[in-house]
Amino acid sequence: MQELKENNVLQPAMPKSWNEETKPHKFCPGCGHGIILKAVGEVIDELGIQDKIVFGCDIGCSLLSWDFFACDSVQTHHGRTTPVITGMKRANTDIIGIAYMGDGGGYAIGSQHLFNAAVRGEKITIILCNNCNYGMTGGQMAPTTLPGMKTETSPYGRDVEQTGYPTKGPEMVAAVAPEGAYVARGTIANVRQLKGFIKKALENQMAGNGISFVECLSSCPTNWRTNAKQTWEFVEKDMAQYFKVGELRTPQAKEGK
Amino acid sequence: MAEVSLQGEQRVFMTGNEVVAWAAVAAKVDIMYGYPITPQNEIMHYWTRLAPKYGKRFLQTEDEISAGFTMLGGVMTGRKAFTATAGPGNVLMQESCVMAEMMRLPAVYVIQQRGGPSTATVIYAQQETTLTCFGGNGEGHRIVYSTATHQELFDYTIKAFNAAWTYRFPSFVLGDGYQAKMREPLTIYDAESKGVKLVPTEPMVGEFKPGKQFKHLRNTYNTEEELYEVVMANQRDWDAMAPKVVEWYEKDCQDADVVFVCHGVVSRAAMGALDELRAQGKKVGLFRPITVRPFPEKQLADAVKNAKKVLVAESAYGQLLKMVQVAICGGKAEIVPMLRPGIGITTEELVEEYNKL
Ligand SMILES: Cc1ncc(C[n+]2csc(CCOP(=O)(O)OP(=O)(O)O)c2C)c(N)n1
Ligand code: SF4
Ligand SMILES: [Mg+2]
Repeated sequence: MQELKENNVLQPAMPKSWNEETKPHKFCPGCGHGIILKAVGEVIDELGIQDKIVFGCDIGCSLLSWDFFACDSVQTHHGRTTPVITGMKRANTDIIGIAYMGDGGGYAIGSQHLFNAAVRGEKITIILCNNCNYGMTGGQMAPTTLPGMKTETSPYGRDVEQTGYPTKGPEMVAAVAPEGAYVARGTIANVRQLKGFIKKALENQMAGNGISFVECLSSCPTNWRTNAKQTWEFVEKDMAQYFKVGELRTPQAKEGK
Repeated sequence: MAEVSLQGEQRVFMTGNEVVAWAAVAAKVDIMYGYPITPQNEIMHYWTRLAPKYGKRFLQTEDEISAGFTMLGGVMTGRKAFTATAGPGNVLMQESCVMAEMMRLPAVYVIQQRGGPSTATVIYAQQETTLTCFGGNGEGHRIVYSTATHQELFDYTIKAFNAAWTYRFPSFVLGDGYQAKMREPLTIYDAESKGVKLVPTEPMVGEFKPGKQFKHLRNTYNTEEELYEVVMANQRDWDAMAPKVVEWYEKDCQDADVVFVCHGVVSRAAMGALDELRAQGKKVGLFRPITVRPFPEKQLADAVKNAKKVLVAESAYGQLLKMVQVAICGGKAEIVPMLRPGIGITTEELVEEYNKL
């Protein structure tokens, strides 16, 4: 990463692993996807693994990243990114596979894949963007929609009597994955920490330890219908209150027990 | 257990599922992905026994959706990969089939058809013919070989890999539970020493060489027109490929008054009926599409041009029949259907049906 000066003004640096031609990216203003992917890009640069990465993205707003990186990339079907990257890694253990998806993709339509990849300890890195709703389809209730939260399909607020409580993905993965797993939940409200989690998740795959899973608390101001202040408040307070940020499994901790 | 090997040629007596596993070894397949379902289970059973001896891999997935998509991941890295399924598993795999069609992925699926939508009637049917040829939200850009004998199961499984990697359309071996489970003699062989060239594979992603161009594979389009262009380009490739891969078998059609049309295992019963009726001096013929997709339409139309009647016999209710109707519509032969969804068809029944004409 280089610092660029244009007309004597410091320009935000772009990770080398980003595909410059497709920038600015296609996400809405204020969207968390771009922040997560920036962290991913910086980590790829720091680890020097741009050549080895196969980046898979789901259907959902994550698909807008199909040409986001200057890395081999595959856009798959809704929920199917985990099996596609799993299949690649099983066939060719030299690649470093990233499966990038939304909360709908990972916790609803692809939940059986996530669960079983975790149980099998697939040596891949799954990065999941939790934005409390189905962004791409226009803001429906997702497995992660907070209790009482209004969405297009829960217009009076999520009723936990009828629809249960928000899915806690990292907790689930941490509970079922064999030793060698790395599991964490980060947030776009703390990018430095999030980057650290993503880095460890990729290093864990490179070490061949086991599954690596990072959920990222993210924003969707378009569907939340929030301004900048409200958006940050929601991410920092409401989401973080329900979804605890931090590491849930590190390979050392488990083995040390 | 003695060390197994596949060198030169061997005369063997095996079940169809075992044949498929050996054919995959002969085709130098790297990895199989699968989820248990009768009647294909023994393909996985044999594969998992053979695989370690040949440095090959297997992944048992959580369902057939995953088996299909993990296989697509495997082929994208340039590894020869396949899966096998049946019935409801075939339904679940269609999502991956359409991705393979649109993204031109050399996926290979072995389908051992079974009856009914759920379970119990798990051994035999031809009710997955339409599904295997046209399942999914696409245009059916696939190659489907419908086999009838164990020798064909072996030969066409190897061929399916070659076709997939040559034309980059998903390829299917369409068998059924009878073929899967019965034993019969055949010759298995090392493909290359028999002069069958194996088409080399090639990674689409995950290849590491200095200064490589990064690839962005996608299955999403910004406009209807963009999608249209991709589908039409695929259609043109498929049309250009069709005459090169289409296969059929015909016997005694040119002077026949009645031509039997069947595919897969039913054509074995028809062979018996043909011999019996010809011995009685009856002018009957047999036409059997080996590729049910692409369908040998011109060849069928030519084979029945002198016939008065075409007897279409299948263990489904009109799936082959529709393909035949399309192929020979406007012809003078009358089409007589013999439709037995989910049950087998014997030589005696075909002769009986013939005698009713
Ligand atoms: C099989 C299938 N079902 C439904 C859809 C429609 N669909 C597209 S994106 C999406 C939701 C995406 O939500 P999420 O995974 O949370 O990602 P986000 O857009 O919020 O980042 C749905 C349901 C689809 N493409 N495929
Ligand atoms: S709809 Fe939401 S998740 Fe999708 S790009 Fe816009 S802000 Fe991001
Ligand atoms: Mg979402």
